[in-house]
Amino acid sequence: MSLLNWVDARFPLTETWNKHIAEYYAPKNFNFFYFFGSLALLCLVLQIVTGIFLTMHYKPDAEMAFASVEYIMRDVPGGWFIRYMHSTGASMFFIVIYLHMFRALIYGSFKGPRELVWLIGMLIYLALMAEAFMGYLLPWGQMSFWGAQVIINLFNTIPFIGDVVSTTIRGDFVISDPTLNRFFAFHVVAVPLILVGLVFVHIVALHAVGSNNPDGVEIKKLKDEKGIPLDGIPFHPYYTVKDIVGVVVFFIVFFFIVFFMPEGGGYFIEHANFEPANALKTPEHIAPVWYFTPFYTILRAVPDPWYGTLAMFAAIAILFVLPWLDKNPIKSVRYRNKAHLINLAWFAVTFIVLGMLGVMAVTDGLKELGTRGTQIYFLFFAITYVHSRPQQANYLMWFVILLVSVLFWDFLRYDSSFTENQASLFWQMLLLPIAYLATTLLLPHFIGGANREKEVPTRVTG
Amino acid sequence: MADTGVDKKRRRFLIGATSAVGAVGVGAIAIPFIGSLTPSARALAAGAPVEVDISKLEVGAMMSVEWQGKVVFVVNRTPEMLAKLPEIVPQLKDPTSVDSLQPTYVDKETRAREAEFLVMLGKCTHLGCAPQFRPEVAPADLGADWKGGFYCPCHGSRFDLAGRVFKGAPAGTNMEIPPYYFVSDSMLLIGENGAAA
Ligand code: HEM
Ligand code: FES
Repeated sequence: MSLLNWVDARFPLTETWNKHIAEYYAPKNFNFFYFFGSLALLCLVLQIVTGIFLTMHYKPDAEMAFASVEYIMRDVPGGWFIRYMHSTGASMFFIVIYLHMFRALIYGSFKGPRELVWLIGMLIYLALMAEAFMGYLLPWGQMSFWGAQVIINLFNTIPFIGDVVSTTIRGDFVISDPTLNRFFAFHVVAVPLILVGLVFVHIVALHAVGSNNPDGVEIKKLKDEKGIPLDGIPFHPYYTVKDIVGVVVFFIVFFFIVFFMPEGGGYFIEHANFEPANALKTPEHIAPVWYFTPFYTILRAVPDPWYGTLAMFAAIAILFVLPWLDKNPIKSVRYRNKAHLINLAWFAVTFIVLGMLGVMAVTDGLKELGTRGTQIYFLFFAITYVHSRPQQANYLMWFVILLVSVLFWDFLRYDSSFTENQASLFWQMLLLPIAYLATTLLLPHFIGGANREKEVPTRVTG
Repeated sequence: MADTGVDKKRRRFLIGATSAVGAVGVGAIAIPFIGSLTPSARALAAGAPVEVDISKLEVGAMMSVEWQGKVVFVVNRTPEMLAKLPEIVPQLKDPTSVDSLQPTYVDKETRAREAEFLVMLGKCTHLGCAPQFRPEVAPADLGADWKGGFYCPCHGSRFDLAGRVFKGAPAGTNMEIPPYYFVSDSMLLIGENGAAA
């Protein structure tokens, strides 16, 4: 291979290939959850390629945008196919990312030495949300317009400077052509560049410390005489081949949606978006796209615009500090106590419930449930901290402290103007945070089995 | 870099000075870029007042007009609607509009120049959706306690028929009243205070 030698003398091609692929040793016990990193990469490529082709026909002009999307759907050969791949791809991207993050949560992959991998991942998540939000304005439908109206006005709630900030984002006093034009610039140029850069750094950081695995065992601790981890296998061909299976399954699901339910039942493309933007009329029922809804419910749960916005951003920001809240040296849920498993289960269910509430209209019952869910969402981080040292933890003290803080929040929001129905819902659903605190704090206190941690093996299992 | 015979103090000073000049340069070049994001001269110019003919607005009905790209609601309130305003005061966050935006010449409780005509920005003070006009009493979706008012579909804020916000709503203040005056009995001008202000 003289050509390869020629290149290698001028550029570290073989070296890079070996370092990151052929001789990158990954733990041999990866499971289902480890598909989602490579699938996220696939989603990114899909979005960029379909996006480039959409840009060839789309017009970022308030007068023409809606019609140009209809034109793509009806007149551009294969245009509908490309657009549906892009819109379905956005939702699939978030499904993949949420599972990817959940994996990090249950196997403790965010803990040392992978804190930076997690932090960079969180930045990717933020950039991804910005990318999806700005893309949603581009078709200039009713949902595009009013969704953007609400989100941009979040910045309006900042004391003193809110007005200037939101006007600067819009480039006008109302959402209009300049807003659309700049969102286009961000969506097709700025944020994708940032995303690609961050993903690159994410993987460089990961490869510097090596992958975690479902057992949470550091494979680099035990190496053979050649310096190869005993529990490691080269990424290529083992995981390249495994990941291809993931890709095939992903594409089966993906194209099923693209061909048979491209609107995803109104969740991937909302029905109100088939009407052009109308600044005079908010649609009957407005909800963000599903992947924002957990945070949206948190926003709605707080009866004050600025504190609601703060709560919503805090819900995301707190994820950044997770590596410094959970100090338990055991990484994987497999070897932690039962109370930790219960805690994770509550969190996953709460996140999903908050997400479902966010697409429904508010009634008294759902509003109260949203508030209780918000309380549990934030309590999760406190409990995670308490579970850092299960043997020394003063569970009773924490039970009291956290219960009092829930009651204090309730005291602040309880109002004599509550109707009978609201008041009874308030008391009934107080059981939810109490049940949560009881199963994660009282249970391990009174039942030793729920507090027992298991021995972490020195080698990976299976 | 060989460190022998190096004046480290001087090197540190030069690094510091270069960084400082560089930082100032980056800051200075950022100004025109951020400036370009703020509303253009064209956006600033759009803001003429609008005239509204209210002669055909039936009693109890609402019309929406556009002013500066925003929605303005004009409601012709019935005497029964006005009679209900004082009754719901205990359920309101800001019944006398102390923390809310309105011109000084409107009444703080009916929130109008002439009680029957409510002229109000159709913009929820939470995050800016256009609330729905729901004058009917106790409809199924809003519950038995509903006495007529505005309902925001976005996050469920409720306002009474003077745009005053109910407790428990995500919105914090009453809906905003724009400057307006009556040119004649049937003509309203939105966007100016008028001579009689
Ligand atoms: C564009 C989006 C993303 C791409 C393309 C991506 C890609 C990858 C890849 C290829 C891996 C290695 C394979 C695997 O472990 O599954 C990985 C690992 C990881 N990612 Fe991401 N990622 C993305 C977003 C995120 C986000 C949003 C987070 C969390 C905030 C995150 C946290 C992690 C962590 C902690 C690991 C190490 C997992 C372990 O070793 O157990 N990533 N990522
Ligand atoms: S915008 Fe009206 S309740 Fe949020």
